[in-house]
Amino acid sequence: MSHDHDHHHHDHDHSELSETELRVRALETILTEKGYVEPAALDAIIQAYETRIGPHNGARVVAKAWTDPAFKKALLEDGSKAIGTLGHVSRVGDHLVVVENTPERHNMVVCTLCSCYPWEMLGLPPVWYKAAPYRSRAVKDPRGVLADFDVSVPKDIEIRVWDSTAETRFLVLPMRPTGTEGWSEEQLAELVTRDSMIGTGFPKTPGAPS
Amino acid sequence: MNGVHDMGGMDGFGKVDPEPNEPMFHEEWESRVLAMVRAMGAAGAFNIDTSRFYRETLPPHVYLSSSYYKKWFLGLEEMLIEKGYLTREEVADGHAMKPGKALKHGKFDLANVERVMVRGKFARPAPASAKFNIGDRVRARNIHPTTHTRLPRYVRGHVGVVELNHGCHVFPDSAAMELGENPQWLYTVVFEGRDLWGADGDPTLKVSIDAFEPYLDPA
Repeated sequence: MSHDHDHHHHDHDHSELSETELRVRALETILTEKGYVEPAALDAIIQAYETRIGPHNGARVVAKAWTDPAFKKALLEDGSKAIGTLGHVSRVGDHLVVVENTPERHNMVVCTLCSCYPWEMLGLPPVWYKAAPYRSRAVKDPRGVLADFDVSVPKDIEIRVWDSTAETRFLVLPMRPTGTEGWSEEQLAELVTRDSMIGTGFPKTPGAPS
Repeated sequence: MNGVHDMGGMDGFGKVDPEPNEPMFHEEWESRVLAMVRAMGAAGAFNIDTSRFYRETLPPHVYLSSSYYKKWFLGLEEMLIEKGYLTREEVADGHAMKPGKALKHGKFDLANVERVMVRGKFARPAPASAKFNIGDRVRARNIHPTTHTRLPRYVRGHVGVVELNHGCHVFPDSAAMELGENPQWLYTVVFEGRDLWGADGDPTLKVSIDAFEPYLDPA
């Protein structure tokens, strides 16, 4: 086996590296030398998340639901199945549940036990979603959490928090912004933010600076 | 287990800190950790529940002071050592010293990448009919297993209503300990916020969890 110390695309001086970085590199070297993984396959996973899997997938689904009532109905009945009919969107697992915001109810998604998240629809979760403040407070003080995002939901609107404690994944279908009558799916998708599909934000409004 | 990972309802962690235009990774090593975890899981070295359990069993001060991917890394390293895929000596040396152990699904190479880009299937055939129907009132059991469970502490002992039935799924409590998939019915159970958090809680709040049948009693 090779004792060539540096990984193929790591050519910095080790003295500049943090302890964690050194340990991570060492582990990858061992996994590679033992024949468990191919570094190029790891590169390909990372590249897929960086370029292909992201909130644009969820935004397309939301925009379609805003413009196509039959699709919206199917999406709310069986999210995985409905998204499966859209060839241009990332394939999702068997149990994606789409929950609809209405004038009476605002939905929020959290995972208090780890950081479960609909990766296929939204990409990798942001740091705040995985961090203790969000995980601890979202189920107890969701309005306080929303205030941290400068988001306010009127007091008479029910807040429903979905704690993702199994392999079911949840995606929020936000309400379509007013003033978008006649807009195309592509235009609407531009208004759909990642946070609006988690429930910590709203879609952008027409004409507002992005 | 009643670990620090079970954070729902805990106070004192401060404000949520949204980061405008956050990068996908803050350090390059984070992406390598993500890829290694996905790859070794797909190769069959462990299942998702076992990997969660290893992160939960990090010492509390380590868990709380480590970033997300650092926890992933520490859990991965320990899990692979304990399962015999590598040794502490190899980790200390930074190189393999003996040949690898056979992986259930073989080496993770380029041909396997697309497979990990789709979520795994966790639904299983039902071994028995469902005990609960949609609309049933159920009480989350007051259980405190010292091993892995997906029943968060904040709902234990409380009464909620069954809202969705997701079918039978792999039971994490068994799978994490490598005691088999032991499929169980899985329900979304919704609780009133004030039942969970008392009279001072938000009167409009409802919170649901996804609960496996062994977590629930009729109420």
